Amino acid sequence: MSAERTFEYIGTRPIRHDGLDKVTGRANYGADFTLPGMLHGHVLRSPHAHARIVSIDTSAAEATPGVKAVITGKDIPKTNAKLSLGEAAMELGPMGDNALAHDKALYEGHAVAAVAATSPEIAREAAEKIVVVYEVLKPVMTVDQALAPGATILHDDLVTKGKPLADAPKHTNVALRMELKRGDLEAGFAAADLIVERTFTTPMVHQGYIEPHACVARYGEDGQVLVWTTTQGHFIVRDASAGILGIDAAKVKVVPSEIGGGFGGKIPVYLEPLAIVLSRKAHRPVKMVMSRDDVFRASGPTSGTKVRMKIGAKKDGTLVAASASLYYEAGAYPGSPAGAGAMCVIAPYTIPNFMIEAYDIVVNRPKVAAYRAPGSPAAMFATESVIDEIAQKLGMDPIDLRLKNAAQEGDSAPYGPKYGPIGLKQVLEATKAHPHWKAPLGPNQGRGVACGFWFNAGLNSTATVSLSADGSATVVTGNPDIGGTRVAQAMMVSEELGIPVERVRPTVADTDSIGYNDLTGGSRVCYATGMAVIKAAQDARDQLCARAAKIWDVDPSCVAWERGRAIPLNGASDKEPLTVSALAAKMTATGGPIVGRGAVSAPMAGPGFATNICDIEVDKETGVSRVVRYTAIQDVGKAVHPSYVEGQMQGGAVQGIGWALNEEYIYDEAGHLENAGFLDYRMPVASDLPMIDTVLIEVANPLHPYGVRGVGEVPIVPPLAAVANAMAGATGVRFTDLPLSPPRVLKALSGA
Amino acid sequence: MATIYFSAALTDFTGGIESLTVDVPRVRELMQAVTERFPDLADPIEIMAIAVDGEVYQEPDYLKLGENSEIHFVPRIAGG
Amino acid sequence: MSTIHVRTTVNGEPTEFLCEPAETLLDALRNRLGLTGTKEGCGTGDCGSCSVLLEGRLVPSCLVLAAEAIDREVLTVEGVAVGDALHPVQQAFLEQAALQCGICTPGLVVAAKSLLDRNTNPTEQEVRFWLAGNLCRCTGYDKIVRAVMDAAEVMRNETSEVRA
Repeated sequence: MSAERTFEYIGTRPIRHDGLDKVTGRANYGADFTLPGMLHGHVLRSPHAHARIVSIDTSAAEATPGVKAVITGKDIPKTNAKLSLGEAAMELGPMGDNALAHDKALYEGHAVAAVAATSPEIAREAAEKIVVVYEVLKPVMTVDQALAPGATILHDDLVTKGKPLADAPKHTNVALRMELKRGDLEAGFAAADLIVERTFTTPMVHQGYIEPHACVARYGEDGQVLVWTTTQGHFIVRDASAGILGIDAAKVKVVPSEIGGGFGGKIPVYLEPLAIVLSRKAHRPVKMVMSRDDVFRASGPTSGTKVRMKIGAKKDGTLVAASASLYYEAGAYPGSPAGAGAMCVIAPYTIPNFMIEAYDIVVNRPKVAAYRAPGSPAAMFATESVIDEIAQKLGMDPIDLRLKNAAQEGDSAPYGPKYGPIGLKQVLEATKAHPHWKAPLGPNQGRGVACGFWFNAGLNSTATVSLSADGSATVVTGNPDIGGTRVAQAMMVSEELGIPVERVRPTVADTDSIGYNDLTGGSRVCYATGMAVIKAAQDARDQLCARAAKIWDVDPSCVAWERGRAIPLNGASDKEPLTVSALAAKMTATGGPIVGRGAVSAPMAGPGFATNICDIEVDKETGVSRVVRYTAIQDVGKAVHPSYVEGQMQGGAVQGIGWALNEEYIYDEAGHLENAGFLDYRMPVASDLPMIDTVLIEVANPLHPYGVRGVGEVPIVPPLAAVANAMAGATGVRFTDLPLSPPRVLKALSGA
Repeated sequence: MATIYFSAALTDFTGGIESLTVDVPRVRELMQAVTERFPDLADPIEIMAIAVDGEVYQEPDYLKLGENSEIHFVPRIAGG
Repeated sequence: MSTIHVRTTVNGEPTEFLCEPAETLLDALRNRLGLTGTKEGCGTGDCGSCSVLLEGRLVPSCLVLAAEAIDREVLTVEGVAVGDALHPVQQAFLEQAALQCGICTPGLVVAAKSLLDRNTNPTEQEVRFWLAGNLCRCTGYDKIVRAVMDAAEVMRNETSEVRA
């Protein structure tokens, strides 16, 4: 089992196979692809946040020289189809309506028409000639507006799923209300010596991937479709595009480009169905690329939230009761991560009595997409802020308070099942022992600590491992490599077959060239696709053993595999071990090509926990704050390539710092986004930050042969509260509304 | 024998019953037993994942149940 | 409006192309010369993905007109390595795992090279401020800063070896 296993390759830091192409500019991303005769698409977007589309006149656009096709919502079928992608089922009707509005524009930037022309400029100019008559409606921009009596309703047919309150109105913007309950809440709070209750808000923020969405589609007259696109899941692009357009998935081939960041935002389809339909109309390939403005206004940021959190504790720090209400903006269609937030919100702690309710609420903003541990950061911002305040009021060390209540193996998660081996206590102990925790602070500095939790997904993956006659190998998977997963997969093949990492070539194949794979997301690629890779390598290894038996003319039971060689057991002891190269050289003579395959439906498991320590320094005259020291500690199960695990932790921490300090969607009252660019949507830059120190804790995940856990999402969960708690330490003010931008901090300080 | 636990949110559909122990070989038969007993549960659990002995599965229909398996319905989650 | 005939030098090669008057250097590099290593992340000069050197000066090529390259030298990421010898910055990026998705990497390689062309002994703060115009969303910059510092050291050692 993993605990005893010693590794030769796992845990080392080889150079990634796709690295050279990426440092030399040779790697091809979404917008780097061209085809002969290719047209350029442009999307006309609604200037209104909420408007009924009365009519669309495309005649002037169609008459423009160079224009080859114009489409509107009429060209995208309305569908009730669903796509079961392992994760929450995707409703294809709303996804199609989001890609191109049918009856209503539901947010500023909602696509209402698209043009394909011989140049991007002609396409843009023609799009501007399309005359859309709108009946402008009152926009609903916040959860409070959406829930207010008499609120404008976005979708007339929306009914609240889950467990609506008994007195809830029938006509509503609430798409889902769910509850998690345990114990006796009233008795729990009655037994508490201290109760802290506060309401927290976090703004809508964007994943901020640097590469805009881009694709090229070619529709053949025989109905065969080719799509090149930048995506976290090309099988999803295939199935979603086919489903939306009512074409057979087998007729669609999707080739993934390199992907320039996603963080959950490159899971839905936006451009692909439009490019396919434009290509079908124009009989030529069509390229579509979003501008940064489009990305901000019309891709899928994550929910702005309001969370009311109430926790009761005994004097000794035992948490006895918690109640929470989570209100998450879904954007224009149902589907915020409120439910996941509810499951995460007290997941690190054993609280016997709780009641958590979560609301998924539609508003006139872009439909949210996943963003790294979707739902968890905002929920745990509330929990971890309140817990920090409880520790402060009880005069307890905040890590000791957490340790006292930390969940461990055998405890029931708030969402039901019992935890297997989890590393929360080990992470907290390591945090407490870290020199950072005890280091002195300078003037105007404060220190905060916070925990984070994420489930980590499993889902479907396929891999093949093929040997070449020279003993080198290829490993083929179907998950776009968003941050170094190719090299991790090659390392797993090396580990199983005993051949150097440089002799394993990892490839991400298109939808025709490998079995089905769920998306790159949910922190699942190294874990679940890794399991498929290990299975495939072991399959190849078993075949190598069988070939050795054939060469030695012994029964296969007389052959074992050890350190990259087939070795003889009893009954074949006079034979010399055979290396991979020796066996591969005899492939033809012993039965032909050696191809190992692995396909798994991996359970979702191996939850990840992390803590962050943040030191912040505040300029009390300007409200400007600066993170001066930062440490991230995480249970990673088993780090396959530690550098890329550290990179996940550092990158997630910094995204969380940006969320905490600066990032926010700013809308005016009419629902127009006022900061749709990187100058005004302020993401962290190199000079804002210190080094991000990392501590990797390895509590093996029993579900994975090496003990791997997902590592990509947890890192973004702790920073929101870690930063806010540090700010409380530095200023004496408890901040409940993010971001902690200089004006907000200054206002709070002047009021204090 | 496997025991299925209904979260507080699901007990509205089970008439307040919090758990049910049944003698079935696999998750598939368990689901049949549960929805026969509580027809109103069919809708809410259709969109949920199933945790068997702590591990969460999307579609564990043919998973064999152990002597003392514990089953929970949990909301499905998406990942970034 | 008529097209403009641009005679320029790109990555050391004399190069000619025709462009529209309003065309950016970024679009000309990518669409006319096929040099797609230079990336567009924003089109407004805020992200640094399209960084190139124009007469040795670091510029966002999305804010430079293609016509401005006339009679000037342009260096893109494709010209940073010489033959099969990677620039120390490129090598350090690989060794330090300073890239995840890699979309910002070409711009960062060009920006870091331009820093090290001027100063092979930068402080961490100097590196951070020089790279402040290049957004990276994956790494949190830690490994990028380390890679640039490492590359600086390699370049200093190379220089002292040459002197010795």
